[in-house]
Amino acid sequence: MTLDAKIPSGPLAEKWEKHKFEMKLVNPANKRKYSIIVVGSGLAGGSAAASLAELGYNVMCFCYQDSPRRAHSIAAQGGINASKNYQNDGDSTYRLFYDTIKGGDFRSREANVYRLAEVSANIIDQCVAQGVPFAREYGGLLDNRSFGGAQVSRTFYARGQTGQQLLLGAYSALCRQIGKGQVKMFNRAEMLDLVVVDGRTCGIVVRDMINGKVSSYAADAVVLATGGYSNVFYLSTMAKGCNVTAAYRAYKKGALFANPCYTQIHPTCIPVSGDYQSKLTLMSESLRNDGRIWVPKSADDKRAPGDIPEGDRDYYLERKYPSFGNLAPRDISSRSAKEACDEGRGVGETGLGVYLDFADAIGRLGENVIRERYGNLFHMYEKITGENPYKAPMRIYPALHYTMGGLWVDYNLESNLPGLFVLGEANFSDHGANRLGASALMQGLADGYFVAPYTMGNWLARAGVSEVKADHAEFKKAETDVTGRTKKLLAINGKRTVDSFHRELGLIMWENCGMARNEAGLKKALEQIPKLREEFWQNVLVPGENEELNQSLERAGRVADYLEFGEVVCQDALTRTESCGGHFREESQTKEGEAMRDDKHFTHVSAWEFKGVGKAPELHKEQLKFENVELATRSYK
Amino acid sequence: MNLTLYVWRQKNASDKGKMERYDARDISSHMSFLEMLDVVNEDLTEKGIEPIAFDHDCREGICGMCSLMINGIAHGPEPGTTVCQLHMRHFKDGDSIYIEPWRARAFPVIKDLIVDRSAFERIQHAGGFISINTGGAPDANALPIAKKKADLAMDAAACIGCGACVASCPNASAMLFVSAKVTQFANLPQGRIEAAERVQKMVAQMDLEGFGNCTNHYECEAVCPKEINIRFIGQMNREFMKAKTGLG
Repeated sequence: MTLDAKIPSGPLAEKWEKHKFEMKLVNPANKRKYSIIVVGSGLAGGSAAASLAELGYNVMCFCYQDSPRRAHSIAAQGGINASKNYQNDGDSTYRLFYDTIKGGDFRSREANVYRLAEVSANIIDQCVAQGVPFAREYGGLLDNRSFGGAQVSRTFYARGQTGQQLLLGAYSALCRQIGKGQVKMFNRAEMLDLVVVDGRTCGIVVRDMINGKVSSYAADAVVLATGGYSNVFYLSTMAKGCNVTAAYRAYKKGALFANPCYTQIHPTCIPVSGDYQSKLTLMSESLRNDGRIWVPKSADDKRAPGDIPEGDRDYYLERKYPSFGNLAPRDISSRSAKEACDEGRGVGETGLGVYLDFADAIGRLGENVIRERYGNLFHMYEKITGENPYKAPMRIYPALHYTMGGLWVDYNLESNLPGLFVLGEANFSDHGANRLGASALMQGLADGYFVAPYTMGNWLARAGVSEVKADHAEFKKAETDVTGRTKKLLAINGKRTVDSFHRELGLIMWENCGMARNEAGLKKALEQIPKLREEFWQNVLVPGENEELNQSLERAGRVADYLEFGEVVCQDALTRTESCGGHFREESQTKEGEAMRDDKHFTHVSAWEFKGVGKAPELHKEQLKFENVELATRSYK
Repeated sequence: MNLTLYVWRQKNASDKGKMERYDARDISSHMSFLEMLDVVNEDLTEKGIEPIAFDHDCREGICGMCSLMINGIAHGPEPGTTVCQLHMRHFKDGDSIYIEPWRARAFPVIKDLIVDRSAFERIQHAGGFISINTGGAPDANALPIAKKKADLAMDAAACIGCGACVASCPNASAMLFVSAKVTQFANLPQGRIEAAERVQKMVAQMDLEGFGNCTNHYECEAVCPKEINIRFIGQMNREFMKAKTGLG
């Protein structure tokens, strides 16, 4: 299989403009003849569904929550990047492009990233027009803050709830279209299969989560905007319901999964407190603007943080990366925290934590300013830990947070399955091996508002209306498969709960495919996961029935997919013997312990093709060509 | 700590439902309330009893999915907190805890502690937006907005749509929820244009769904996990009057 990214020719800065002109259009009167399915209602799915409906397409949108407003984009705290250069500090489309390429450790496509930077400014305009209440200066203009991996202030924010406000903006646009009847919304609905007929994506099979009814929906194109797969690690900052199922079922139907080993571990999360822990909570990276990260210099130092004098503290990020300091990118900050804890200098009961200290900032700016900037985050920290961060430093530790890998897409955000488009975190395209802070919101909205509405029109104009309806034999076959699988899960009636399998899988993944990976560990995981999967299918206990709301059954289906998908992640991590971004192979590091890329052998996208459960997937490579930036060693010193 | 739970169990919308008693053993004070329920559910599952169904998702207090009445208080005893952010350190060994779903005619029970909040959705569909299409928006800084106004809009926009306000109100009124959206937009110049139409449409839908009206009990504000201020209901009423009298 040859992977054609379909990158338009011409100079970088003109590609998108040229492509927009060259793409075919669907006549306004003909748009109503087409229907589009959008799975997922977060920033990418919600904005795409609304924008496509505004154009006149008939849209069906599906989400597993009881309202599209609850998609996990809502939990993003810190902000959204855009190269507006409102601060006059030297920002530009090219600088945002370069920062993103460099931040991704030179493992993303130049053309996609440039387009992302290019449309970033439109996103802010769009959101303000929708009534998103971004933070403002006293003069009435928009305020900005800085974020990790950048030396300009280009992040727009709405207190610590930026994701919420942007999602509510997209949701309001979506509501308007639902009210008009242009979008048919399906809440509490879970996609369980993708249907492909004669090489064209024709629709999906969905389970109604209230009554268990399995139904087919046909359309002329399908959008997956179903988010990331961090929950394969069990503990992550994802919502409990976030899952890989939709993307994984597409993978089993032939869509390629790209770079699954690129996972992001966020440096500032609240540490794990016990075995019962059900998820981890992120504290926005924006805290690193004013907070200083440190551990005691000596591993034996067990004094309370307030009793440790300046001279006995190691502000390790400031020491190791003087020009970026506490704002070093996420992968680097996370690994440095792990190193400090591995050296026995970690803090808190478990020793798996570092301090994030605001004492200096409070001294310099006063408690009120800090409260204004981060009040809700401090409040949240206190609620969870019972400690007051105005008085004592926060304790933080890295946690799984975002997955850069995802279904392979070309420049048009179309997968290798014609008619299947993948947006937002669910695709792999823009962040390379590491995502910069405040760029996920940017990508989700760029894809949904400003890319898919153009590229999907082009595809529909070329492909025409699909002849395949929901009563086609392929749909019936997929429904039978889905129903059979559900029956099988309910019939096992074993001894172990779904969660116990999920936790065990998570531990295998975290220990062997977490912040640092090596050959022996990955091989061990690849032996352990199939065994656990086998046990799952013999010994899982799923109570209740199909024809009702059954949360255990929902989870069982998702965990069954993770138990296959985990292998794909480990296989990719094993094959990529270099270190890059969030993927750190212990065998590939410099003397100082920094990640060492291997550009000669790995300047490519690894796209995996499903070959059967328990069989090694087949690797396809898309070479990455850098025509504008020079592959440099990523340095934040 | 060890606790005794009394939990509302209801197989489906047509089932009558009743309170059942369960023991929660060896609960750590660091657990969240939902993690405590996870532990109880694992135990029930292993014993062959169907686990308790409850809505939850982000578990960090922002998605608005979780919705439990704990000892008669929506989201439990801690002010400004969703159930998922409520921790067991606020309870003590030997406590009895009563857990029920949101109760309101407009929020029918689907199963156990899960209710149908689609009435909120339909109110939003009726007018919870500014009518602009994607593309063509002017530069974001072309329209300066006074910080005070923007902050006020943000205070209102913080609503997570959980429905605690309805569950706590003796009239099952949704006015805090509706007013949060109405006033967020009414305080912004880009939202003013449709302000009169919006408030009328949203209020009409709210009435149609069977929610009651506000009679100043302030229960909604007291339980709101985002501490949405009841003065927004006042502003909504003024917006509504202005719209009805044509003075808006």
